[in-house]
Amino acid sequence: MAEIEIKAENMVYSKPRLITDEVMHYCPGCSHGTVHKLVAEVIDEMGLEGSTIAVSPVGCSVFAYRYIDVDWIEAAHGRACAVATAAKRLNPKNLVLTYQGDGDLSAIGTAETIHAAARGENIVTIFINNAIYGMTGGQMSPTTLLGMKTATTPCGRDARLNGFPYKIADMMAHLDGATYVTRQSVHTPANVRKCKKAIRKAFENSLAGNGYSLIEVVATCNSGWKLSPVAANKWMEENLIPEYPLGDIKCAELPKQ
Amino acid sequence: MKETIIIAGFGGQGVLSMGKILAYSGIMQDYEVTWMPSYGPEMRGGTANVTVIISDKKISSPIASVYDTAIVLNQQSLDKFEALVRPGGVLIYDTNGIVNAPTRTDIEVYRIDAAAECARLGQAKMFNTMILGGFLKVKPIVDMAHVMEGLKKSLPERAWKMLPQNEAAIHRGGEIICKVR
Amino acid sequence: MAEKDVKLMKGNEVIAHAAVRCGCDGYFGYPITPQSEVMETLMELRPWESTGMVVLQAESEVSSINMVYGGAATGKKVMTSSSSPGVSLMSEGMSYIAACELPCLVVNCQRGGPGLGTIQPSQGDYFQACKGGGHGDYHFIVLAPSSVQEMYDFVGLGFDLAFKYRNPAMILADGAIGQMMEKVVMTPQQPRRTEQEIIEQCGEWATTGKGARKQGLVCTSLELKSELMEKINERLQAKYRLLEEQEARWEEIECEDADYIIVAFGSSARICSATVEQARKEGLKVGLLRPITLYPFPSKPLQKLAERGVKGFVSVELNAGQMVEDVRLAVNGKAPVVHYGRMGGMMFNPDDVLQEVKKNFVK
Repeated sequence: MAEIEIKAENMVYSKPRLITDEVMHYCPGCSHGTVHKLVAEVIDEMGLEGSTIAVSPVGCSVFAYRYIDVDWIEAAHGRACAVATAAKRLNPKNLVLTYQGDGDLSAIGTAETIHAAARGENIVTIFINNAIYGMTGGQMSPTTLLGMKTATTPCGRDARLNGFPYKIADMMAHLDGATYVTRQSVHTPANVRKCKKAIRKAFENSLAGNGYSLIEVVATCNSGWKLSPVAANKWMEENLIPEYPLGDIKCAELPKQ
Repeated sequence: MKETIIIAGFGGQGVLSMGKILAYSGIMQDYEVTWMPSYGPEMRGGTANVTVIISDKKISSPIASVYDTAIVLNQQSLDKFEALVRPGGVLIYDTNGIVNAPTRTDIEVYRIDAAAECARLGQAKMFNTMILGGFLKVKPIVDMAHVMEGLKKSLPERAWKMLPQNEAAIHRGGEIICKVR
Repeated sequence: MAEKDVKLMKGNEVIAHAAVRCGCDGYFGYPITPQSEVMETLMELRPWESTGMVVLQAESEVSSINMVYGGAATGKKVMTSSSSPGVSLMSEGMSYIAACELPCLVVNCQRGGPGLGTIQPSQGDYFQACKGGGHGDYHFIVLAPSSVQEMYDFVGLGFDLAFKYRNPAMILADGAIGQMMEKVVMTPQQPRRTEQEIIEQCGEWATTGKGARKQGLVCTSLELKSELMEKINERLQAKYRLLEEQEARWEEIECEDADYIIVAFGSSARICSATVEQARKEGLKVGLLRPITLYPFPSKPLQKLAERGVKGFVSVELNAGQMVEDVRLAVNGKAPVVHYGRMGGMMFNPDDVLQEVKKNFVK
């Protein structure tokens, strides 16, 4: 194939400006890369490059700070929303967001997340829910489906043994301080576009001082699920999305005192 | 001058705040002071005590093993602290609720029927300042003017309207305290 | 005296006043006896209306310390306070803060342990404060106040040292100092630093948003490459050696001609200073060395005293014998070192300590 010169006039698509040249460590087929791209694009489009403070979790996206060129604070496992609470309260003009997975947010960090939302902190949480611990090698997470096989549920998740999965976004929508709660995915171009809109809406909600915003992204972990990227997308559509249905769950004004 | 005082009684009798007024009065007279309470859940209903030290020099330990003066406002406190008054020291007690009176003869013992007097006046809240007045009659370590300043500093502004009543109670305490031996 | 701002206050209350007056940006805490007056006083002072300081009651100590981490990462002057069991919960966050070299202040108003223990005073957290507590090789700068005035002064001092060395600081107090009232001279209100001043002071590392910078900053303690992680450790250790060289603080009372030295900190040191007075009245040459910084520990003056021929050292602590290990290391076998302590919230009085000195050394 002949080399094609990159010229402005034939440029139809490019890497977002704020995505660094660092080689991503994510597995092929993983949803993280797409969500990173959307976050970077929205920050850039809204002119928030200079005023964003992002908080990364422990888990697969622990290195998110290598890929999106803004200021980052790397939090201890589960503590991102506490870290973000102070960063925002002490720097109220900044956009402060946390980027967390289901192990980080829905297991070890449940308390910090719920209380940040209950207080109505003006922060945004992007919650990647792939129903499994990716980085530590595919163990059960709180959002793992019943019957789903993981490294710590080799015979499938058994409710009597492992308890039931729970729906973070639906639960958070009950909190007065959480005003924008939505569930999205990035497994089709249409869903990618919807997810991007949701991210923008959350950032706007936060900057307007309207309380806590949560974007849950139902995501794939083809390595952890031991499926090809294509099969993983299909499995997600057939199994995960019925359990965690997509769409806005709550768009509200922060209640008056 | 150095005076080490233990004030002890039931929580709710105003033991800690009496100590605070005394300590603040000391500060108003340019003395060094420490106020060291027993603290914790036993404070209300149970026993409470506070060690107040007033000195014209820097105070080393805020904790003492013997006291120049013990002000005891219930039987448990009398039982516990009578033995810890230094020989020649002072014990002040309110007779209300006291079954076994103090027995030591090598210390000065004073009684003050402040609870009864407050009941007679219908001013139960003046109990602790009346006791304080009794103490200051026996041990006038701080001038009355500084006591009044200390009292004002110790009370929140919303309670300043009670200052005249407190002042009267301090004077009344000085009148009704009497020496047992 | 009228010109001076003199108040009668509890140790815990002055922590709050000192925080506001030294221009602190944020306090994040969780109630626990015997230190709850710190946040209660702040909530009454309402500094968000005067200086703009943020005060927030968190849902746990775990959250409080991570709020401190988040605030400190943006270059702000932030603090928390707690008591022993709460500080145990904070230990993870403290390790992260030390690893990221973030300045902040943690106040531990110690109570008797282990476990839920008691709410009465103790010095049982010396090891936890000075030897780690959390995971990894790190140190907090540890200040041990022995009066209410020092509780006040060490808030400002703690922040100054923390920012000077980019290292977290701790005030290791106890229930006795926290609950007792003494007179305190308050300093005038210092303004909080402006955003510009924070960037001038902390611009190299504070994640305040990229602003005009070309590249984003990252506050992290993660480094998976061992060769690089060792380098980070070496940098931390070099800083700790510098601290040991430059910042050890102590007070000597009647040490010059003393035959016997009591080593005690915080509330214990106050009690022991009365022991020294008593001993001198009896003609016994007893002195007191009071470490003011517990980390870095004042080893050099102890070493000098041992070399001068002091006949014995007694480490007096409200615990089972923790600081005594550092005293032994400093004295290095040149004189006998014994420990005397009470535990579980019990306190000794000056006479108890004197009896102990006599029992061990005066035959």
